[in-house]
Amino acid sequence: MLSIGLGHYLTLAAIIFTIGVVGIFLNRKNVIVILMSIELILLAVNINLVAFSIFINDLSGQIFTLFILTVAAAEAAIGLAIIVVYFRNSDTIRVEEIKNLKG
Amino acid sequence: MIAHSVFFYIFSLIAIVSAVMVTVSKNTVHSVFFLILDFISISCLFIMIGAEFLGMIMLIVYVGAVAVLFLFVVMMLNVAEQKGQWFSSRWDGGTHIPVGLLVSLIIFFELIIVIGGWKYKPDLLNSLSINISTEVTNTRSIGNVLYTDYIHLFQISGMILLVAMIGAIVLTYRERVGVKRQSYVKQISRERDEGVDLVEAEKNKGVKIDA
Repeated sequence: MLSIGLGHYLTLAAIIFTIGVVGIFLNRKNVIVILMSIELILLAVNINLVAFSIFINDLSGQIFTLFILTVAAAEAAIGLAIIVVYFRNSDTIRVEEIKNLKG
Repeated sequence: MIAHSVFFYIFSLIAIVSAVMVTVSKNTVHSVFFLILDFISISCLFIMIGAEFLGMIMLIVYVGAVAVLFLFVVMMLNVAEQKGQWFSSRWDGGTHIPVGLLVSLIIFFELIIVIGGWKYKPDLLNSLSINISTEVTNTRSIGNVLYTDYIHLFQISGMILLVAMIGAIVLTYRERVGVKRQSYVKQISRERDEGVDLVEAEKNKGVKIDA
């Protein structure tokens, strides 16, 4: 309990990942919160990669985390741009009212 | 060692609580702030575990750029207040809540089972390519690898950022009517003939410009 091992970090990552998934599933109000949940999920993945990288003493995990960070930033920029355009066209970003695709 | 554990528990508790608050906050601005708190505590964990460079980069990229971008968009779109119940839906009356919770619980327990039961492959430790050396700093060792072995991936990630930038600009660009702007082509391609008009001036008569 007192010495922090790999399992602690993996459990933390699993909890944060699940919270992100819950956020995507339950949210019916706001697309921006869904984007933030995706950021949480990517954060959990980053925790896993960094923890493994430190505990098996290999730097590759941290390099990959760097690339995930890059892609996450690009994804946030594109997603927010899409949201802005959608809001401009239809005056709402409530999830339950976005049903043009009949999904 | 004790201090390490105590700080781990403190930071991970803050991270989990703020992750929950990101999801359940009624006000989207509060969600963004809890997201920032989450990133900060996770980057503290990274710094504690020995990945200082990544922790600092997380602070710069996420807190400094991504979260502020979220904040800008939330305030620009004026959607901060989520009215009504937390997750209720006008269309299905909230039947998605138990289903969503069930699926998430299943995912969580699968993850926990995996964490409880995994082992390293026996030849894993031999196949490690880049050992973390204790003599140079974390930043330096990442730089040593990133600019040599991973240079192509590094450049491709730069291309990804460029494409994302162009995409965001193209998506949000709109032509406004009734706005006067400079036309650089027109300015530069002006010739002497259009710009200067030579007039024969008569004595004591002056020049009529609008002739």
